[in-house]
Amino acid sequence: MELLKLTAKEAADKLHSKEVSCAELTKASLEQIKAKNESINAYITVCEEEALQQAEQIDAKIAAGEAMEPLAGVPYAIKDNICTKGVRTTCASKMLGNFVPPYNAYAAERLSKDGVMLGKLNMDEFAMGSSNETSYFGAVHNPYDLDRVPGGSSGGSAAAVAAGMAYYTLGSDTGGSIRLPASFCGVTGLKPTYGTVSRFGLVAFASSLDQIGPLAKSAEDVAYIMNRITGHDKMDSTSLDIAYPDYTKALQGDVKDMKIALVREYFAGADAAVDASVKAAVKQLTDMGAQCDEISMPITDYALPAYYIISSSEASSNLARYDGVKYGFRAEKFEDLTDMYFKTRDEGFGDEVKRRIMLGTYALSSGYYDAYYKKAQQVRTMIKQGFDKVFETYDMIASPVYPTTAFGIGEKTDDPVKMYAGDLCTVSVNIAGLPGMSLPCGFDEKGLPIGLQLIGKPFGEETLLRAAHAFQCATDYHKGGAQA
Amino acid sequence: MSEYEAVIGIEMHAELSTKTKIYCGCKNEFGGEINTHCCPVCTGMPGTLPVLNEKVVEYAVKAGCALNCSIANLSKQDRKNYFYPDLPKAYQISQFDIPLCADGYVDIPLESGTKRIGITRIHIEEDAGKLLHDASDTDSLVDFNRCGVPLIEIVSEPDLRSSEEARVYLETLRSILQYIDVSDCKMQEGSIRCDVNVSIRPKGQKEFGVRSEMKNVNSFRGAIRGIEYEIARQTALLEAGGQVVQETRRWDDAKGESVSMRSKEEAQDYRYFPEPDLMPIRIEKETVEKIRQELPELPHVKRARYVSELGLPEYDAGILTEYRPTAEFFEAAVAAGASAKGASNWIMGDISRILKEKDILIDDVPFSPQQLAEMVQLIESGAISNSAGKKVLETLFESPKAPKQIVEELGLAQISDEGALQKMVQDVLEQNPQSIEDYKAGKDRAIKFMMGQVMKLSKGKANPQTVNALLKEELDKR
Amino acid sequence: MKITEKEVDYVARLARLHVQESQMQRLTQDMGNIIAFADKLGELDTEQVEPAAHSIVVENVLRADEVQPSYAREDIIANAPHKQAGCFSVPKIVE
Repeated sequence: MELLKLTAKEAADKLHSKEVSCAELTKASLEQIKAKNESINAYITVCEEEALQQAEQIDAKIAAGEAMEPLAGVPYAIKDNICTKGVRTTCASKMLGNFVPPYNAYAAERLSKDGVMLGKLNMDEFAMGSSNETSYFGAVHNPYDLDRVPGGSSGGSAAAVAAGMAYYTLGSDTGGSIRLPASFCGVTGLKPTYGTVSRFGLVAFASSLDQIGPLAKSAEDVAYIMNRITGHDKMDSTSLDIAYPDYTKALQGDVKDMKIALVREYFAGADAAVDASVKAAVKQLTDMGAQCDEISMPITDYALPAYYIISSSEASSNLARYDGVKYGFRAEKFEDLTDMYFKTRDEGFGDEVKRRIMLGTYALSSGYYDAYYKKAQQVRTMIKQGFDKVFETYDMIASPVYPTTAFGIGEKTDDPVKMYAGDLCTVSVNIAGLPGMSLPCGFDEKGLPIGLQLIGKPFGEETLLRAAHAFQCATDYHKGGAQA
Repeated sequence: MSEYEAVIGIEMHAELSTKTKIYCGCKNEFGGEINTHCCPVCTGMPGTLPVLNEKVVEYAVKAGCALNCSIANLSKQDRKNYFYPDLPKAYQISQFDIPLCADGYVDIPLESGTKRIGITRIHIEEDAGKLLHDASDTDSLVDFNRCGVPLIEIVSEPDLRSSEEARVYLETLRSILQYIDVSDCKMQEGSIRCDVNVSIRPKGQKEFGVRSEMKNVNSFRGAIRGIEYEIARQTALLEAGGQVVQETRRWDDAKGESVSMRSKEEAQDYRYFPEPDLMPIRIEKETVEKIRQELPELPHVKRARYVSELGLPEYDAGILTEYRPTAEFFEAAVAAGASAKGASNWIMGDISRILKEKDILIDDVPFSPQQLAEMVQLIESGAISNSAGKKVLETLFESPKAPKQIVEELGLAQISDEGALQKMVQDVLEQNPQSIEDYKAGKDRAIKFMMGQVMKLSKGKANPQTVNALLKEELDKR
Repeated sequence: MKITEKEVDYVARLARLHVQESQMQRLTQDMGNIIAFADKLGELDTEQVEPAAHSIVVENVLRADEVQPSYAREDIIANAPHKQAGCFSVPKIVE
C-alpha cells in the first residue's frame, strides 16, 4: 500500500493537489487498522464512522477551494489520555473504561479543525510504564517484532505510525513516553519544552513533567504538527504566553557550527549496537559541519530516583480523584463510603499504577516528605543547573534514547526497579522541562530500530528540528517501514 | 477549686464576593439549582486545570492590609490531600507554608478597653461542595455548586480569653470584611464558617492546656455557645480529676453540644505539596501600598471620628459603624443637612425597628438618606412634631416621596401660628374654670391637663412649646 | 530506608487502596526495592539548594474575574456511576 508509506506532509501535498482524496487516505488508514490492530493492538477506540464523515467534509472543502492548514485532512490518531469530546477517553484503565469527556483537550481541539481523527491509541495505564504492557486493554505489540514491546507509555502512538495505521499521532511524555516508543518503533517523536503545548485535557500523570507531543515518520512532519498544537492556552496556567515560531522554517538551514555535547553518563549501560549507532549518527552530524565534545554530567545519576519520586508523588494526588463518585468505575459490592473507595480503587487500578500511588503517597507522607519529595525537588534544581551550564557552551546534547532496542514482552514485568532503570536517558529532560527528540538512527543485528535522542535548551525545538531534518535528508533510517 | 481561664483561637473561613469561582469562570453565587454552577474544572474532571482568579488575590491582600498583616512578596499554592465526596479532586487547593498574608492584628473594643488580637495568617483556598444527607434514605447526594468558591481563612493567635471576646472578635472581623467589600459575610448563606480551638488553664498558669478543635461552626451564635459549652465541659473534666484529650469535635447547634469526631481512620496526614498546576504569586510592594491606600475608612477609625468630630456617644458610634451601609446612610443624611444626633437617633430607633419588623437590611431601605435629612430638618425647625415625624417615616417606607409633600398630604404641619393657638387656649380656659383654680392653687397637673385639651382641639398639630408659653401667659393674666 | 508491612498498610490506607493479604508481602518487597532505589538521593548534599516545583517558572498567571458559561447539568453528571435527582450519589454518610 503505497499510500500508507507516505509521510504526513507527502500525503497532505497529494491531498491538496487533488491527487488523492481525503476519503481515500482515510479508508486506507482504516483498512490498515482493520488488518493490523488485532496483532498490534495500537487502538483502543476506532472512530470509523466519524472519520469517514470528517473526510467527506474535507473533500468538499478541498473541492470548493477553501484555504486550509498544511496538514488538514491527513488522518491522525490521539493517545487515549488526551480528552476528546464525545469520544471515550480511557487512559487504558478500567477506572476510566467508560469515561466520555464533554470537552476536547486543547491539542485535540486544534487538530480537530479540518481534521480526520481515526481513533484513540493504546498506552500504559495512566501513562505509567516503559513498555506499554500495563494497559487494561492489553499490551501493544511492536510492529517490527510482535513478540516485543513497542516502548511506553505512548506505545500505541508509535506503533500506529510505524505500522501505517495513522499518518501521525499525539502522545504524551512524562519521563520519556514519546521518545522511548518512537525509538523502539523507528519513528520520529518530540517532547516539546514544558509549557509550549497546553496540558488542558491531558489526563494528568505528573503535572510538572507531562507534555503532549507529536510522533510521525519524519522531522518535517513533526515540525508541521508542532505548528498545529503549540500556542498559549488560557485554560492552562503552565502554558507559556510567548511568540511561537513557525517550526517549519527551522527545516531550512544546516548543522554547520552547531555544537553538540555527548554526555558520558547517558551511554552507561548502552548496548554495543546502540552505542555504535548513536555515535555514528553524531559522526554523521559532525561530517555535515557540526562540532562535538564528550562531557560529563554527574548529576545525571540522580535523575532516575528524583524522577520516580516527583512523578509518583504528583500522580498519587492526581489519581486520587478516581474514587467512584463522579465518573468511571465504581466497585459493585461495598459496605459503606470508605469501603467503596477502597474497593473501587483496588479493582479499578492495575498493579503498576497502584505501586506508583503507594510510592508517591509514601514520599509525601508526614515524616518522609523532606527525605524524598523535597529532596527530589532540590535535585531538580541541580539538574536544571547542570543543563544550564552545558547549554552555555553547547546547542544540544546527543544521546541514546534507551540503552537497548525493544525488549521482549514480559521480560521486565517482574521487576519494577529493573524496568525503571531503563529510563535513565530520558527522564532528566522532563525534570528540566527541556525539549527532547527521538529519531531513528540505525538498526541492531535483529533489525530492531535504534533511536538517537537530541536534547535542546528551553524553546530549542527549532535547533533540534533543523538537526533532525538535516540528518534525515542525509540518511534513510526513518524510512524503516515495518508496516506494509 | 481553682479558677480557670480559657484560651481560644479561631480560624474563620469567609467566602469572597468575587463574580466567579477561584479557579474557573463559573458563577460564584449562592442559590441556583443543584449542579448548575459547574464546569469540568470545578468538578475535577480528568485533564482539567485551575487558573487563579486575580480578584481573589486582590481581595485577600486587601483583607491582609485591613488586618495589619505583612504581605508575602512571593507566595504559592499547595494541595491538601484527603478523600471526601464533597471534594471532587480529592485535594483542596490551599496554601501551606507561604500564605499571602501573615503576622497581623486587629484591635477589638471590649468594655474594659481595646484589646489587640494577633492574626497569624490569612490564606486563600477553594470551598468544597455540599452534601445533602436528607434527600434519600440510602444515599447522600452531592451538589458541586459551591465547589471552587473562593475563601480566605483568617487564623487568629490564641489570644482570646472568653466567649465574649470571641464574639467581639468575630463581629469586628465581619464588620471589617464587609467594609473593605471582600465578603458579604452572610452567615445564613454559609459565607462565614469557623473552626474554634478551645483550651483552659488555671488562672496564672503560663502554659496552654490541651485543646479541642470544633470544626465547621456555621454561625457566630453557634461559635459562642460552642465555646461556652467547651469551657464548661473541660472545666468539669478537670475538676473531676480527668484530662482533656486533644481531638476534633463537631458542634451540634440543634442539640447545643459538641460531639467527639474520634476518627474512624488514622490521624490526618494531608500530604501538602506545592500545586504543580499553578505558578507562584508575586506581589510587588507598590501593589500592596496602592491597595493599602485605597482601603476605605475602617469601622474602628470611623467610630472614633463619630465620637470626636460629631459628638456622638461611644455606644451610638459603635452601632452606627458596625455595618458599613448603616454608616454610609448615616453619613449621607448628615451631609444632606441632618444633625448628627437627629440622624443617629432616627436610624438607631425607629428605622432600625421597622427594618427588623420587615426583616430587611438598611441596604434595602426604599427612601434616600437625603429624604431622612429633610425629615429631621422639618422636626428640628419645628415645622412638624416628633410624633408627626414617625408618621412621615412610616409613609417613607411605604411610598418614598419628599417628606414635605407627605407632611402636606397628611396635614401634619405643626400649628405655630400664635393667633390660631391663642384662640384655642382661650376656648380651653373658658371651658375649664376649675383647672384655672387648681393652677392658681399650685397644682402642676392642671397646666398639663389644659395642654392636653389644646392639643386635642388642634388634632395634635399644635406646637407644644408655643402652647405652653401661651397658656402660662394667659393664666398669669387672670 | 526499610519499609515494614505496617507502614505499607498505613500508606495504603492514606491512598485508599485495599491491599489483599496475599499481596502484602510482595508489595512490601517491591516498595522496599523502589525506596532503596530512591534512597540514592540521600547521597547528595542539598542543604544549600532551593527545591523547584516547576521546571519553567512564570509568575502571576491569573485570569480576569469574568463569568464564563457553566456546563449543562446533564453533561456534568453524565459520567457518574450513580446519580439521583441531578446529583452525584454516594452511599449514605453517617456524620
